[in-house]
Amino acid sequence: MQQSISVLVTFVLVGGLVAVMVSLGWLLGPRTETPAKGEAFECGNPPSGSAWGRFPVKFYMTAIIFIIFDVEVVFLYPWAVLFDRLGWFGFAEMLVFLTVLGFGLLYVWQKGALEWD
Amino acid sequence: MLTLILISAVKALIVVAMVLNLAGILGWVERKGSALIQDRIGANRAAIFGFAGAGLVNTLLADPIKFLTKEDVIPRGVDRLLHTLAPCVSLFPAMVAFAVVPFGDRLHVGELVVNLQAIEVDVGVLFLLAMTSLGVYGVVLGGWASNNRLSLLGGIRGSAQMISYELAMGLGVVAVVLTYGSLDFQEIVRRQGHMIGGWIPSWGILYQPLAFLLLLIAGIAETKRAPFDLPEGESEIVSGYFTEYSGIKYLMFFMTDFVEIAIVSAVVTTFFFGGWQIPFLGSQGFVFPWGWSLALPHVVVVLLQVAAYMVKVFVFCCLQVLVRWSMPRLRYDQLMWFGWKVMLPLGLANLVVTALVLLWVRG
Repeated sequence: MQQSISVLVTFVLVGGLVAVMVSLGWLLGPRTETPAKGEAFECGNPPSGSAWGRFPVKFYMTAIIFIIFDVEVVFLYPWAVLFDRLGWFGFAEMLVFLTVLGFGLLYVWQKGALEWD
Repeated sequence: MLTLILISAVKALIVVAMVLNLAGILGWVERKGSALIQDRIGANRAAIFGFAGAGLVNTLLADPIKFLTKEDVIPRGVDRLLHTLAPCVSLFPAMVAFAVVPFGDRLHVGELVVNLQAIEVDVGVLFLLAMTSLGVYGVVLGGWASNNRLSLLGGIRGSAQMISYELAMGLGVVAVVLTYGSLDFQEIVRRQGHMIGGWIPSWGILYQPLAFLLLLIAGIAETKRAPFDLPEGESEIVSGYFTEYSGIKYLMFFMTDFVEIAIVSAVVTTFFFGGWQIPFLGSQGFVFPWGWSLALPHVVVVLLQVAAYMVKVFVFCCLQVLVRWSMPRLRYDQLMWFGWKVMLPLGLANLVVTALVLLWVRG
């Protein structure tokens, strides 16, 4: 109960602060629109079409690999908290898990998924 | 019930005030510090009745007022809702994450026991990781919503960088959790209270030096500051994901930077430098191993501990400012190489070695 209250109170306070900041900027700032000001900034050149197009697939690869290893880290937390109770058995189990994922890392490494050119 | 809410509100207010002031002062440290490093004078123009306070008036008063009263330019063709949402999504989790780190021990006021931690969850470490991970949304949304090629580049660069270094950070944190066997920040700090052989404080840095380095480096990468400032990369992509922002929203992205510095410092302090602990200071006062002792009232002890926490945090903030102004920017392939092929294997190795040593020591 105490835990939830402290989370909720802080969320409300910080959320309120952020909202006040955004609305203050909207209230206090002047508003004059000119055609040039409304353009996307591309170092002085007129923008050449929309930016919402394709971008390198490398970033997508990174995101996919990240999810695999991040889930691995998530599994490590409960193990780390209960480490003393699990003892050697828990260690061996986690070592098997880590080895499998370690081979996964070696595989993406070998395949060149971590290379940037 | 009402007292609970009231106490929580006061603690949250204290933490928010702490982090906002810290962000302001850090802005001053950064501007004057960078001037010092580059042999310039730095901010010195704004003054009240001729009092400039070595640039303090400039950074603490003039800058925020200027940012507040500037036009909030929203370019044509922008996703207006996401454009406004991005700085909020960026700042909110950063400030909430700072609130989960304890800034002092329990304070006894009559019958009442106040745990000096604004968000007192017992899975604080998980809460912190969850909130800091949310920070990536601000970067992605800002970059995507701006409908600007340079912003988009900054946004996707930033997201790839942040998720890559999050792995190393997570592994560093797991090693710390393994050492202390708890996800509760207060518990972790209390475990660092005793002395080894009566002389050396048993701070985490002695048990997890490698995790300290991993966390500090990954933390600096998460704050997206030099040498990891590719998402902003002024000389290549203007300002990266906040190119199309102005006025208060720009300031909010800027504040996020400083708040994130404060989080990294707070976490490093709590995990590796004893949090609010002061060597030789117990609940009754100082007791030195060479026989001296100094009895102190409870309130003074707690205040000293809060002060110690703030001093430690500030020192690490200054260290990060120093790093920023001393290091050149990495190249993107170097950044990814370092994150995936150095930090990640090191983090895994550190974890396995920690587990082995723990099994060996505890039997």
